[in-house]
Amino acid sequence: MIKRPLEKLVFATTGLVLAIQLAPIVVVVLVSVSASPVFDVTVGEFSARWWERLWANRTFWSAITLSAQIAAVSTFLAILLGTPAAIAIARAEFPGRDALAALILSPLMLPGIVLGIAMLQGFKAYGLTIPLAAIVAGHVVMTLPFIVRSILAALALFDFTLIDAARTLGCSFPRAIRKVMIPALAPAYVSGGIFAFLASFDNYPISIFLADARTKTLPVQLLEFIEESPNPMIAAVSTLLLVLTILALLALERFVGLRRAAAI
Amino acid sequence: MTAIAGNAGIMAKRAAARRRFDPLALLAIPAAAYFVVALVFPLGRLLLDGFSVGGGVGIGNFTRYLADPYNLGVVWNTLRYGALVTLVAAIGGYAYAYTMARSGPKMQMLLLIAIVLPMTTSVIVKAFGWLVLLRSNGLVNHLLMASGIVREPLPLLFSQPGLIVGTASILLPYMVLPIFGVLRQIHPDLLGAAATLGGSPIYCFRKVILPLSLPGLIAGICFVFSMAVSAYVIPSLLTGAGFKTLSKVAADSYLVILNPVRGATVSLILLAIAFAAVFLAGRVVNRKPGQMRA
Repeated sequence: MIKRPLEKLVFATTGLVLAIQLAPIVVVVLVSVSASPVFDVTVGEFSARWWERLWANRTFWSAITLSAQIAAVSTFLAILLGTPAAIAIARAEFPGRDALAALILSPLMLPGIVLGIAMLQGFKAYGLTIPLAAIVAGHVVMTLPFIVRSILAALALFDFTLIDAARTLGCSFPRAIRKVMIPALAPAYVSGGIFAFLASFDNYPISIFLADARTKTLPVQLLEFIEESPNPMIAAVSTLLLVLTILALLALERFVGLRRAAAI
Repeated sequence: MTAIAGNAGIMAKRAAARRRFDPLALLAIPAAAYFVVALVFPLGRLLLDGFSVGGGVGIGNFTRYLADPYNLGVVWNTLRYGALVTLVAAIGGYAYAYTMARSGPKMQMLLLIAIVLPMTTSVIVKAFGWLVLLRSNGLVNHLLMASGIVREPLPLLFSQPGLIVGTASILLPYMVLPIFGVLRQIHPDLLGAAATLGGSPIYCFRKVILPLSLPGLIAGICFVFSMAVSAYVIPSLLTGAGFKTLSKVAADSYLVILNPVRGATVSLILLAIAFAAVFLAGRVVNRKPGQMRA
């Protein structure tokens, strides 16, 4: 119903936004196969040299492996801690329940740098001086909210009388949870798990304060590399991360649906 | 508020439930204990560091920090950066969400993918992409020169417009999703009705669509503002050392100059600004605040 000129303006803005959203990603992919030694997009001339460099670069591979391990462990720990917490928040009535839910979701909204600084000082005070343990401990704070959030959303739709039904039919309570509730929550684990994994894998502000020279995670290594010796190999690493993200989104679309995962 | 809304029966039931302890609540203990140890105590310590003045407690660190015009400039610069990024993201994000809400299911999905993919991509990758785009012989300058808008390449990298557009673009999905969430619930007939009654398109927008979508817009504004003021990676990559924001000063206080009191003071100022923005968002949307940040 909106008249032409206004509608045109809105469409033009949308088009511009769309281009701006995709431009940095497309450029990164193009630079990674560029024949130029600097960050340039070359037309009609491709080269695999930056990918070969990346393939041979041990520093990056160990950083990628380290980050993947940290992300996997902290997501797993978040599932262990988060599942019972989400059940308690969704089902039990106890004082401070809303405050607890707010506390668990709060890392999503606090400035990452402030969290990192607080942990640097706090963990030191505890005597936690093993960098790897400190990083995982810090990352669990970042992964737990994603897990709890998606399990809470799934529990809101879950019919708890099914558990009573299973118990009437002779299941023990833990068995009923395992056989009835966990499968119903599987999509929530997939979407929460993927977002949690990516949150840890991409985390810079916490890692930078807790990592030492031997435990540089991928984001820490990548930023250092961009600032110190910029060359298109960074574009190859970035493209690799982009492929990982696309695979994660495909999994999300397959098991959960993109609309539900985006919480709209 | 709840006391007014709830009637006596519900209150009595709640009180009874509270007396009869629910063993399910015990399941929350591990996560709660973990968060107290790994988050609440460290943040409490930071608070203590910021408010401790010569053995006592006071606001001396803050007044002393803010008394210096240079530091005040850092706070102002951070707020200005946050406000400009939010403005750009709000305009672009609203138009995008509006088009998304009015598109057919296929187009809508395509537009959704086009923001969810960048949103899920690592911030470093996106900031690096912007770094390449904004270089003096980068794509943006090529386009500007080819279209005849400028003759000489503009120094976009390490410039404020480049930083603001780059940051706005990276945070834009957090603006689009909440606005789209409310826009798609507005019935298309409402617009038709307003137009039938003689409203001009701009009048219809101002009187019908904008008020109805305001909660989503305000939520988006608060989220983007809080993320922009606390951004660290993006300004680090897209600007030089001369551009100081609170998060950069806070990080440098620990990583470079080793001044924990200064670091705690700056961190708490940043925390207060970000918290105020999120709190406002929480008040406006009665959704759980965390839900938006996928």
